[in-house]
Amino acid sequence: MQKKKIKVGLFIPCYINQLYPQVGIATLELLEKLDVDVDYPQRQTCCGQPLGNSGYEEDSKGICNLFVENFKEYDFIVGPSGSCIYHIKHHFDILEQTPEVKRVRNNAFELCEFIVKILGKTDLGASFPHKVGLHKSCHGLRGLKLGSCSEVQGEHYSTEEDLLNQVRGLELMSLNRKDECCGFGGTFAVFEEAISSKMGKDRVQDHLSSDVEVLTGADHSCLMHLEGIINRNKQPIKVMHIAEILNSSL
Amino acid sequence: MSHATKAAEFNKNEAKVNWHDKALWYVREKRDKSAHNVQGWEYLRQLGSKIKANVLSNLDEYLIQFEANAKKNGIHVHWASDAEEHNNIVNDILSKHNAKKVVKSKSMLTEECHLNPFLESRGIEVVDTDLGERIVQLAQEPPSHIVLPAIHKTKEDVDELFQEHLGTTPSQGNPEYLVGEARKHLRDKFLNADVAITGVNFAVADTGGVVVCTNEGNADMGVHLAKAHIACMGIEKIIPKEKHLGVFLRLLARSATGQPITTYSSHFNKPEDGKEMHIVIVDNGRTEQLSREDFRASLHCIRCGACMNTCPIYRRSGGHSYDYTIPGPIGSILSPGKDLKKHSSLPFASTLCGSCSNVCPVKINIHEQLYKWRQVIVKEQKQPMVKKSILKTAGVVLSKPGLYRIAGKTARFMLKNAPKFMIYNKLNAWGKARDLPEVKGQNFDDWYKKRQKNG
Ligand code: SF4
Repeated sequence: MQKKKIKVGLFIPCYINQLYPQVGIATLELLEKLDVDVDYPQRQTCCGQPLGNSGYEEDSKGICNLFVENFKEYDFIVGPSGSCIYHIKHHFDILEQTPEVKRVRNNAFELCEFIVKILGKTDLGASFPHKVGLHKSCHGLRGLKLGSCSEVQGEHYSTEEDLLNQVRGLELMSLNRKDECCGFGGTFAVFEEAISSKMGKDRVQDHLSSDVEVLTGADHSCLMHLEGIINRNKQPIKVMHIAEILNSSL
Repeated sequence: MSHATKAAEFNKNEAKVNWHDKALWYVREKRDKSAHNVQGWEYLRQLGSKIKANVLSNLDEYLIQFEANAKKNGIHVHWASDAEEHNNIVNDILSKHNAKKVVKSKSMLTEECHLNPFLESRGIEVVDTDLGERIVQLAQEPPSHIVLPAIHKTKEDVDELFQEHLGTTPSQGNPEYLVGEARKHLRDKFLNADVAITGVNFAVADTGGVVVCTNEGNADMGVHLAKAHIACMGIEKIIPKEKHLGVFLRLLARSATGQPITTYSSHFNKPEDGKEMHIVIVDNGRTEQLSREDFRASLHCIRCGACMNTCPIYRRSGGHSYDYTIPGPIGSILSPGKDLKKHSSLPFASTLCGSCSNVCPVKINIHEQLYKWRQVIVKEQKQPMVKKSILKTAGVVLSKPGLYRIAGKTARFMLKNAPKFMIYNKLNAWGKARDLPEVKGQNFDDWYKKRQKNG
């Protein structure tokens, strides 16, 4: 008997859908390569994070319910954005905890974690001969525990590094501050403009000083912020989502 | 003034921001090294947190036990429900001793109660004897950090300040010279003090004694030379048993500065012969915070300052930008409980990165409490119209797939077609230091639909 394929609901966060379609495409293609049955529910919008983080959790219930409605049928819900997945797992506690809501919260996975933990794969056959700097987004790192944190005692591990280390030709550069926040923080980026920009600038500088050619990460919201700074200052670093690197065969 | 405004002000001097950030990052790295060298560090934090949780749920009993034991040791115990009562009690004790000169070692509680100006207005000289505290006192500024009160000052700043107040000669910020001069200046104050005031790091219920941690020995020096000792503490400083000090003393100094233990851990269990010892136990809003289930754990705090050192926002905005006695992440979850309106910008002065919760030796879920305060603030405080309408509209649009598809198109259309000068106007905070994302021809939905059709 043929083994039934895992059914994955692809979650493409709103800003990726609108502004970074290439990240969505890479995610989808990557998942298809990994032999899972991927479906993209077309009525999806957002996870509600921008509202929750701004204090408007109450107003986001409609969004959260819609999310559950869209994704309740899948074995797993996979998205290329750690902070959105974190929001679903941790802040959907505002909904009534029906079996569907619980299922969606339990089965939502950030892309890298899904590949490494659920599919048990690290070598995806990618090749990317560049010096790469990894930005470890806080919600993924400290929230979803995708890796060990510099503050916490214990063995070193990193889901994204596990994947990047298997990419042919890729050289993972070591940073001075391994997991400092980039300063995006959703509406923080706008309401605390001065600090947000300064934090981003400092983060970019760390990558520059470490000879990074391509800056990557598993959360494109941080990358959008860092890219904005890089482009404004015309700095010689390219920004790519980790899905794009893992999907490349240059 | 909001945190953002003050932070922007602080950021006008980028070199200073870099310096401030590096100085505190250095402390944070020292903390990492020293904490990670203790086998079972995470377990120790767990213990610290559990002991504090136990204290908070049995606070009444421990306080009464503490009072009884302290009295048995000959200590006078006073209770103050708020800052005013606290200040009056201290003032009464001073009057009884006819005290005109007071030396005080570090105590965030007396800062919180604004004791210094209260006593000074009654003709009493109060000298802060912790070096950093003395520096900010001379500069007539509040501390900008709870462990490193003058961290916002460079050695050159201190040089100038000492020239003005202590009559030192210019030394281009020579630390040895300046410390030597401060020591001479303070020695004189110690020798002539009538009464010594100290804070309390830990009040031990089963002994009735208090423990004060300093690096300079200034608490001991003050207490041993003066006729009377007044120790001021918040109700949450209680720990049940003396043996628990083994947990907290190990956690405190490593978290604060990376030292294995503070240079002095001074145990005050009873008055010296012929002298008086008083303890003032203060509530000042703490029981109210205790009643807020979501925010109760904020009272675990042992004031180590680690959350400040690690906070990427604190490091780049300085302690004064918080405009509260306790700055940084912990201040941002304590202050709204005191005055929601005044401090309503503080829970938003965070990216919710969670580093504070990771370093906190008593495992306060600081970043989760920041998130929770935001929800409370939006409900209870008037919000800026623009922010409110944007977010409320988003709530509606994003819950309706049809509307969202239209809105997405409009937003992308705007981004694509608005000339740069329009987007980068004053209202567009994003665009001040950052470019906007480049808009592609189609979004993911369009691409996917096309693929389905062709597939
Ligand atoms: S909240 Fe935790 S880390 Fe911050 S000062 Fe208090 S004990 Fe230290």
